[in-house]
Amino acid sequence: MQAVNNLLERLEARDIRALARAISLVEDSEEGASELLASLSPRLSGSRIIGITGPPGSGKSTLTSKLARDFLDRGEKVGLLLIDPSSPFSGGAILGDRIRMQELSGRDGIYIRSLGSRGSVGGLSQATARVLRLLEHFGFSVIIIETVGTGQAETDVVETVDSVVVVAVPGLGDDIQAMKAGIMEIADVFVVNKADKDGADRTLRQIEAALQMQEGQGMHKVPVLATVASSGQGVTELVAALDAHYKYLADSGELQRRRERRLRKELIGYVTSVLMSDFFARSQADVDAKLADIIQGRTDVYTVGRFLSRKYINERVERDAKQD
Amino acid sequence: MAEQRKIRVLVAKPGLDGHDRGAKVVARALRDAGMEVIYTGLRQTPEQIVEAAIQEDVDVVGLSCLSGAHNHLFPRVVELLKAKDAADILVVGGGVIPEDDIPFLKESGVKEIFTPGTSTGDVVNFIRSHAGSK
Ligand SMILES: Nc1nc2c(ncn2[C@@H]2O[C@H](COP(=O)(O)OP(=O)(O)OP(=O)(O)O)[C@@H](O)[C@H]2O)c(=O)[nH]1
Ligand SMILES: [Mg+2]
Repeated sequence: MQAVNNLLERLEARDIRALARAISLVEDSEEGASELLASLSPRLSGSRIIGITGPPGSGKSTLTSKLARDFLDRGEKVGLLLIDPSSPFSGGAILGDRIRMQELSGRDGIYIRSLGSRGSVGGLSQATARVLRLLEHFGFSVIIIETVGTGQAETDVVETVDSVVVVAVPGLGDDIQAMKAGIMEIADVFVVNKADKDGADRTLRQIEAALQMQEGQGMHKVPVLATVASSGQGVTELVAALDAHYKYLADSGELQRRRERRLRKELIGYVTSVLMSDFFARSQADVDAKLADIIQGRTDVYTVGRFLSRKYINERVERDAKQD
Repeated sequence: MAEQRKIRVLVAKPGLDGHDRGAKVVARALRDAGMEVIYTGLRQTPEQIVEAAIQEDVDVVGLSCLSGAHNHLFPRVVELLKAKDAADILVVGGGVIPEDDIPFLKESGVKEIFTPGTSTGDVVNFIRSHAGSK
């Protein structure tokens, strides 16, 4: 396809407009998206991928901006993906994380992109894996993803990045024990941001205590750091902690394991989405017709479900046989 | 289930005035119409706006200005987009803009000007019918 070749050439030339266009292409899963991705060289990523997660308003964007600044200052090429929720009703979204990125504007070596979650509920967006592929190809040495930020354990991010930073704020304190299930377990580095507010020390100690209770799972001791993202205080230490974690990942073989997990997820995710859209494209009428029967009590969801999936698979096999 | 191309709009406030209520109302209307709105906040320079528009691959840049500096700021955004080889990104404007200034703004490449009387529905319709030809 002409358009894809053109885009590939411009990507090779490190054209930011082409990168931006390519990202939209894989987000909209337009024709040519998988063709484009399949044309990228298969070399494995040299990018380090960091995820920032935590409850709404905890300072994820501000912290991301400061991290990006420090990485830029030491000569890294930085890509940022900022994910905000899409409305499940309209499919639209207001993406506002960029408001906190003002101090990065005009700098070379950085690319910032806001993404709507578009129906995904794991804290990332449908297309995040594909978008990452493009950023890695483009040669960013550090990629930081700010998740939607529900404050729950956003499992997708764990399966996608090398290091997970969980951001908490003072005052969570009393119910740290009851902190959303799973959030303790996903942190590689814990941050108590807004340490300029009352109760930061207390929250810090409580998180440390809670972490101790679950220690012994890995070799890596999860550091708990205090930051004031708005002033930049503690950010140098956070960068150091992330460097240390990355070194641990590389030395222990865990990096390889995490990347395999990500590839598996990406592969299965792609196949699932292809199968799903093919199923809906071919079986919509069947679904509608059978639904009427179910509603009227003539049959049930599971009988119909078995019938429809078998019918789909059989037709698929026949079609493929004809083509061979 | 084939997905549709999503319209993306950058809503930006160039200039020094500190009011973004109007811009937020428009942003919400666009979201409710199914579009993705990148909102970048107050006091943006034309350079910042254009950088964001390109990185975000938007179809439309919506500028809101209440400070009276629109005759300078809006054409500057159009010009910078052109210089970055991004003239296909549509620029529209809104805010407190005297009727008399509109012909000049349109001549300088601003596609449409929405005055305070315009309904958000009109803005949505305009963007729907003009965006997405990329
Ligand atoms: N006092 C104080 N305020 C902060 C700090 N860090 C961020 N803020 C403020 O907290 C507010 C939210 O910050 P964001 O960075 O947008 O938080 P977020 O987690 O990205 O928010 P969402 O993406 O909306 O979930 C802003 O007004 C920041 O200026 C901090 O360390 N101390
Ligand atoms: Mg944010």
